[in-house]
Amino acid sequence: MWWHVLRKAGVGLSTRTSGSLRTYLVTRLLLFIPNVLVILTIVFILMRVAPGDPVSVALGGQRPPEQIAMLREAAGYDRPIIVQYWEYIRGVLTFDLGETIVDSRDITEILITNGGATLTLTFAAVLVALVIGVPLGLVAGRRRDTPLDAGLRVFSILTYAAPVFFLGLLLQLAFGVRGLGWLPTSSQANAIMQARVSDVTNIFLVDALLAGDTEAFVDGLEHLVLPALTLGLLLSGVFMRIIRVNLVQTLRGDYVEAVRARGVSERRVVIHHAFRNAMVPFVTVLGLQIALLLGGAILTEQTFNWPGIGAQLVRYLGSRDYVAVQGIVTFFALAVVTVSLLIDIINALIDPRVRY
Amino acid sequence: MATVATPAPGPSQAHATGRSRMRRILRGIARPYRQSHGVARFMLVAGTVLTTVMVITAVFAPLIAPYGFNQVADAGGERFGNHLEPGGDHIFGTTVQGLDVFSRVVWGARTAVSVVFLALLFSLFVGVLLGIIAGFVGRWLDRVLVLVMDALYTLPALLLAIVVAFLLAEYVGGGVTTAALAITAVYVPQYFRVVRAATVSAKEQTYVEAARAMGAGPVTIMGRYLLNNVVHSVPVIATLNAADAILTLAGLGFLGYGIQPTEAAEWGYDLQRAVSDAGAGIWWTGLFPGMAIVLLVLGLTLVGEGLNETMNPALRVRRLLPVVMPTRTPDQEEVAR
Repeated sequence: MWWHVLRKAGVGLSTRTSGSLRTYLVTRLLLFIPNVLVILTIVFILMRVAPGDPVSVALGGQRPPEQIAMLREAAGYDRPIIVQYWEYIRGVLTFDLGETIVDSRDITEILITNGGATLTLTFAAVLVALVIGVPLGLVAGRRRDTPLDAGLRVFSILTYAAPVFFLGLLLQLAFGVRGLGWLPTSSQANAIMQARVSDVTNIFLVDALLAGDTEAFVDGLEHLVLPALTLGLLLSGVFMRIIRVNLVQTLRGDYVEAVRARGVSERRVVIHHAFRNAMVPFVTVLGLQIALLLGGAILTEQTFNWPGIGAQLVRYLGSRDYVAVQGIVTFFALAVVTVSLLIDIINALIDPRVRY
Repeated sequence: MATVATPAPGPSQAHATGRSRMRRILRGIARPYRQSHGVARFMLVAGTVLTTVMVITAVFAPLIAPYGFNQVADAGGERFGNHLEPGGDHIFGTTVQGLDVFSRVVWGARTAVSVVFLALLFSLFVGVLLGIIAGFVGRWLDRVLVLVMDALYTLPALLLAIVVAFLLAEYVGGGVTTAALAITAVYVPQYFRVVRAATVSAKEQTYVEAARAMGAGPVTIMGRYLLNNVVHSVPVIATLNAADAILTLAGLGFLGYGIQPTEAAEWGYDLQRAVSDAGAGIWWTGLFPGMAIVLLVLGLTLVGEGLNETMNPALRVRRLLPVVMPTRTPDQEEVAR
């Protein structure tokens, strides 16, 4: 296929020793284009495979027929499918995802307004997962097959087995108003604080800092704790397992044996020699977890009434708004593809073995 | 002599071969349990027990559950109280609508097990079929299928399930089949990948070449020679996917997709209703369905992990006894010098 041709051409252009990184990066970047096209096509086919007409599904019985016909024309549903496909691809490339059917809002606008909340949540969750998962994974990997390792493995299986919304519910019961009453369980800040801080970046915590409003910032942080912990625990189990397996494999390596033979302390062996190499596959797997993270974010947002993109998706699913659903699904799909591109590039930069 | 050369054809022989096949299958099932040891064995056994308990609950739900899944009044027509605390007639309490939580949990097991069973069946069938065909035929068909499957695999599992359930709900309705189909869409790419990879490598083996040389057609090769050698990788993925499918189903239910509350009891839906209870300090409506999910997923995951550790040679722990050299006795020291 053509990508082999590309690779060959790349190798032909560069000398054998240097430039393999450049070849890899160019190939990876060029592959990004068909990746995006295929995933966009699949989203499009998925959303059009259902018979019937989205506009009347969303608004059937609520509006007069003439208005429905008008809206259908506005959304382009009266045109041939291939034209619709072209319009869709062109729209995505120009960041124009259309307008929602039920309340005529610009979908790109929705993504921008609510994106901040989702970004805050996912970022905080990854942070929580790193802080919990990496040290536990190191401990489990180093003390392999001890009771401690077994206990930590049970913990990681449990974090996977408990659905995020169940974990969220338990945390709400424990720390919410009727429990210990320590932390808020709904929304990303008090209504008063939200009104006080003006939207600049659409990320509440950043906006609060920009406004110099410490009280609002602390309030935002308090609201963030439980959702971030919920989503973070889900990921931390995954992180722990990866780090553990990689460390176990790395510690078997001949070079680790060699370092040990030189009398380097076990602690130093793990931290200085094994850990770095154990982290390399971790970066790759981190990229694969973006899908899990986004899926989990949808559920977490729903549990904690967090005003992110996932909550919007659920709302528009409820009102059967195909255009809005298609736009948000497109965004999620693009986010996944883009992040995996970035991860691959980072990986190639830090690990020479990747740039085959 | 004659008796040996021509064994009497009849039911006894057929019976015997049937029994030996049965025994072989049973031995195949028992093998991982016998070969495993230590942590892996513990995981296998504990997982099997948990899963079996849940499956039994699912099968005998009508006998175990004291009430129906949407029953709000007893046989005498008297309504159950709303938000009753656990105890008395309702050992897990009742919900805001006056549904018996224990009965909902038991019926929910039936829903979960049947949806996951159907979904596994569908996705195994489609995934294995497409995987073998893509791997065997190759060329453009393979390329296209791989592209599509990879793209589907990239999408967040829950998102894909939601979209499929959303589309189907309009035309098929919200029953067990809809939920199963939505989940099928998520897991087909995984079986496809594994089976395709196995087919591609098995295709080059000598025995397949031999079969081809003997004039076997593509269907025979795929069905008889490839399928048999490819299915080995399936049990581990299937158990782990079953665990994941339970979570996806619950996620769908939590968001209000998949199974409609009028069709069957579903744990995820119950948890969605329980979120508003949590603010009022009502814990029993959420705790019990949630625990049911955790136990079933835990059971399946333990079985899958246990199988993986016993059957996957890369992970199998070889317990080597440390070699202890005997200390030298003085006369050996003499010899060494």
